[in-house]
Formats: sequence, C-alpha cells, structure tokens
Amino acid sequence: MNRRRFVIALGAAWLPGCADPKAHTQAVYMLVDTSGTYAQEVDKAQAIVNYLLGTLQPGDSLAVARVRSRSFSEKDVIAKATFDNRPSQANAQKRVIQNRVEAFTRSARSSAYTDITGGLIQGALFLNETGAGKKTILIFSDMQEELDRATVRDFPIDLKNIRVVAVNVVKLKTDNIDPRRYLGRLEEWQKRVEGAGASEWRVINDLENLDRLLKS
Amino acid sequence: MDGSYWMIVPGNAALSALILFAIAMPFLWAARRPVHEFVHALAHLVGGPLRLGSRWLALSARELRFRNRQVLLAHGEEETAQQIGREFERVAALVRRDLEGYPALQRRLLDEITRVEEDYKKCGEVPPPPPEWVEAVEAVAKVRNGNEVVQRVLDEINRSIREIHDKTLGEYRAAYESRHRILNGFMPFWRSLEKTLAQADRRITSLNDRAARIDAQMHRFEEIVSHSEKAEHALTVSAATQLAVATLVLAIAAGGALVNFKLIALPMSEMVGAGDYLSATLRTSEVAALVIIFVEATMGLFLMETLRITHLFPTIQNLAEPMRKRLMWAALALLAMLAGIEAALALMRDMLIADKAALLQSLATAPHLTGPADGWLGRIPTAGQMLLGFILPFALAFVAVPLESFVASARTVGGAALAMLLRGLSFGLRLAGSLVRSLARVLITLYDIVIVLPLMLERMLRAARPARVSEARVKYPHEADELAVRRHS
Repeated sequence: MNRRRFVIALGAAWLPGCADPKAHTQAVYMLVDTSGTYAQEVDKAQAIVNYLLGTLQPGDSLAVARVRSRSFSEKDVIAKATFDNRPSQANAQKRVIQNRVEAFTRSARSSAYTDITGGLIQGALFLNETGAGKKTILIFSDMQEELDRATVRDFPIDLKNIRVVAVNVVKLKTDNIDPRRYLGRLEEWQKRVEGAGASEWRVINDLENLDRLLKS
Repeated sequence: MDGSYWMIVPGNAALSALILFAIAMPFLWAARRPVHEFVHALAHLVGGPLRLGSRWLALSARELRFRNRQVLLAHGEEETAQQIGREFERVAALVRRDLEGYPALQRRLLDEITRVEEDYKKCGEVPPPPPEWVEAVEAVAKVRNGNEVVQRVLDEINRSIREIHDKTLGEYRAAYESRHRILNGFMPFWRSLEKTLAQADRRITSLNDRAARIDAQMHRFEEIVSHSEKAEHALTVSAATQLAVATLVLAIAAGGALVNFKLIALPMSEMVGAGDYLSATLRTSEVAALVIIFVEATMGLFLMETLRITHLFPTIQNLAEPMRKRLMWAALALLAMLAGIEAALALMRDMLIADKAALLQSLATAPHLTGPADGWLGRIPTAGQMLLGFILPFALAFVAVPLESFVASARTVGGAALAMLLRGLSFGLRLAGSLVRSLARVLITLYDIVIVLPLMLERMLRAARPARVSEARVKYPHEADELAVRRHS
C-alpha cells in the first residue's frame, strides 16, 4: 500500500494545481436516541463514538446529538468538532469529544417522545455546512418515532447526498409479537429517507462489524 | 429469407452450383487479364509501401547504428583519455613522492655501504707478532748443562716466556673479541641496507605496474581511435554492464527513498496539514515529503557535481574555482540542514505515533495489559529513526554517481536496442511485402486453375492458328506481316 502511494506521489509530484481539499473529507452526525427504554442502550453509543474517533482523520467532522421529544435544536448537540489538519491537534479534539460523550452517557435521561425527523433535519444542516465530500448520519435508535401533538414533522425533508445508517435498531416488544411491524418500520424509514434524496440507506445491528459504518 | 433463391435446380445445390460455374466460366475467362492486373495492382499497392517502409527503416537503423557508434566511440575515447590522464597523474604523484627522495636514498645507501666497508676492513685478522725471543732461547739452549747459574737463567727465561705467551695469547683473544664486536655491529646496517633496497624495489615495482596499466589503456585507446569492431563491442558490453549495475544501485536507492518517504510523510502532515488532498487518495503532505526527498537528491547531485565526482552539468564544471567551492559549501550546508529537518521530523513521527497509540488505547473498550517500554530501551527506536533520518539524505546524495552512469549507458544501450528494433521492423515489413507478392501470384494461379477449361481451349485454338496465319501469308503477305507486327507490339 505504501509503495503504491509512493509511486502515485512520484507521479503526482509533477502535477500542477490542487484539488478541492474539502471533497476528500467526511462528516458524520450521530443521533443517539434517549427515549423510553432505549436509554438503556446508550452505553453502546459510547463504543460507536469511540470507533468513529479512532477512524476519522484530520479535516473530518463529527457531531454527536441526542434524540429527545423535540430534537431540532443546537442544544441537543452533545459534542461537535471539525478536526484540525494537524494530527496532534485533532487527537486533542478527539479526547475532548470522548470526554463529553462519556459524561453524557453517565447522565443521560429518558425522554417522553422520540423526534428522529427533527434530529435528521438538524444533522443534514450540520453536514451541509461542513461541505465535506462524504456525509453520513448515524441513527442510534429503535427507529420508533413518537411525537407530541404540537410537534410538526410531516413535511418533506432534504437529505440529498447524505448516507443514513440506522445502528442498533433493537426489536420492541410489539415487534416480537408481530415481526412485520419491525420490518415495516424499517421499510417506511427507507422510503422516507430515500425519498428525501439520501444517497444510501443502511441498517447495521451487529456492533462487531462497525467498519461498515463509514463504508458505502 | 430463403437461402435457396440462387439454385437453378431447386433442391440440388451441387448441380445448381455447377451450372452457375459453367455459365460464369466464359465471363471469368474473358475477365482474366483485368483480374490479373487488378491482383498485380493490389499486390503492388500493399507491397510497395511495405517495401518502402522496410527500406526506410533499414536506412534509419543503419544511420542510428552509425550515430550510436560515433557517440559510443567518442564517449569511450573521452573516458579512456581521462583514465590515462588519471593514471599519468598517479604516476607523477608516485614519482614525486618516491623518486623525488631517490638521491637521498642513494646517498643513504652509499653511506651505509662505506660504513660497512670500513668496518669490514677494521675486522681484518691481525697476525701475531713474530717471536723475536726464539733465537735467544735457542742460544741459551745450546749452553751446556750442569751449571746452576745457567739452570736458573733458563728457569727464569722459561717463566718469562710463559708470561709473555699468556700475555700475547690474551692480547690475541682481545683483538678477536673486538673484531667480533665490530662484526656484530654490522647487523643493523645490513638490515637497514636490506630494508632500503626492498623499499626501492617496491617503488620500482609499483611504477612498473602503473606503466603496465597505462600500456593497456593506451592499447585500448588506440583501438578506439582506430574505430575497430572489437573496441565497439567491448564498449557496448561495458555500457550494458554499467546500465545493469546502475539500475540495481538506483533500485536500492529507490528503496532508501521509500524508507525516507515513510519516515517523513506522517510528520509532514503536521506541517502542511493532513486533510489536504491532491487527488482521491493522495495527500498534500505525501507530495510535500516527496518534494523534500527530491530536493535532497538534487542537493546531493549538486554536491557531487561541485566535487567533480560527476559531470552531468557542464555549467557547473565550467564554473570558476572560487564559485565552485562556494556552491559546494552551499549544497553541503543545505543538505545538512535538510538532514537535520528530517531527523526532527523522524522524532515528530515517533511522538505522533505515540500520541495516536495513547488515544486509541483510551478509546478501546478492552484495557491494554502491555504499556509502552520505558527507559533507554523505549528510546532506541526513536534514536534509530532520528539517526536514519539524518543519514539517509547524505546516502541519497550518492545517487548522483549511479545516475550519471545510468544516463550515459542508457544512451548507448537504448540506442543499440532501438537500432535492433528498427532492423527487426524492417525485416518484418520486408517479409510482409514478400508475402503479399507471393499471395498475389498464388491468387493468379488459383484463378487460372478455376478457368482451366477455357484456357485449354484457348491454347488449342492458338496452336491451330499459326497454320492459318501461314496460309494467309501466302495469300496476303503484306497484311499478315502488319498483323504480326501489331500483335508483337
């Protein structure tokens, strides 16, 4: 691999001009569901964040936000950073994010409703602002959206060129009674996300294979 | 579409084909000459350019070979002249160093020989003094016995003689002892003499070896000047060997450059940023690292040029001496600075890797049982990397030597290979042209075989015609001659 890079670099050393530096970076927005019984799963979210911190490179962006009764708010962002181009600074930023997420998992409280759509809209805004070449929203949730009466989310959303990955979509008690509910829920989300222009929809329940999180 | 539309006899393809062939045969016979001409023209159309191309390629190959030969011989001539010049310089240095002190050596030799001769003379045997008292003894011995006085005198004489004998013997022994001492004192002089002579012999032998080497070089030079085949072959083989060796050394140097690249690519991201990309997979930091390696190699090249080890740039060779020295020091200083930077980058690389490892360790859910090695043992890799980072730029500087060899020999070997390729292509085109001509002949013969029946008929009719012509000549001699002339023309 290194030899190949060396040879490519040898060729590219003669090439004039530079490409868009942002096009090769990636941005990840992770939504962590804290509603109802799913709040018990929040420890697993820490492992995913750690994996992301170990994988993302200098120049990449990461934000971790919680999903609550109403999630379309900056207040729900637990930690966010665009990593510095210098690896040493980027490592320092990663340590800060790790500490914040760790503190959040210790003090996470369960919310009454689950506003996944609001979190998606907030995530899409953040990702588009970063201008990264590859944008991903990770939804750490059971994908059961529950909104209060006053919250309005039944309108088309824009997720153009964004990958959406649902992680650790656990089965609810009702799903065990009728699995079609679970499959139907996932299918509905897929339709909605793809209809919003997302480049990919994926469900990853096996947390042992986290390397598929950022691979398209 | 039905495929039997052409059948004259429905259901019988063979018969239909035969009938069609029979119908076509007179037309084919009638079209024989135009078809022959067409095939000839086609063969000429294809074969002509092929032959022309082949001839052009052969000429180009010959010209290229001639130019290669000229360049090769000129290069060989220059190189051999340089070698001879260098040999003469060495001989001159040898003569200056060794034979300049030859008069002193000769004087020392003569001194030592004179001294040895003098000592030799000194140690010559001294004969014992003649026994003058023998006659007195004889006279006393003739005196008759019985006289007490005489007896006493004789006893006295006997005692004296014994004393004198002992004394003489003692003196004689002392003289021999002193001569032995002198002879013993010879030894260092003999040794010194032998050493001096061996030294002179060594110097003369070394000079002889140099002279033999110069003779061989001169012989080679004469062969090159006379443009002999042997010299050309020897130079080509030498160039091919040089190219192989230079390629091998350059490959090793490329390996060194790869290690160098690996050492500084990561820390360069700390300087130019790790998030900037030139292409989908190529970071700016990697290109920056490569540029630093190139700059180091270039500085090394300039250093070698200014040291007159390589001769790639005539401009540098023609520089005035003070300017050349200044340039040399500048190149060396820059190289040393870059080596220092690389050593610092190597240290930074180690720190970055340690930092990343610490971060990953803190991110890992499972606790790590083994920690990093502390103390001097843990510092060995860091020191090694720094040392490597400092040494590699200087090692890369020597790439200039095989590079020059590569450039010089690649011209010769590449030229020879190109000439061979051109000759091969020329042969191929010539072969293709011949094949086209032969194919045309085969086609014409095949055509004639197809229309063999009308041709036989024609031949039979022609055979019968001379009789009729001779009959006509009897009746109409003038018209028959005219017809014959027209036919002949």
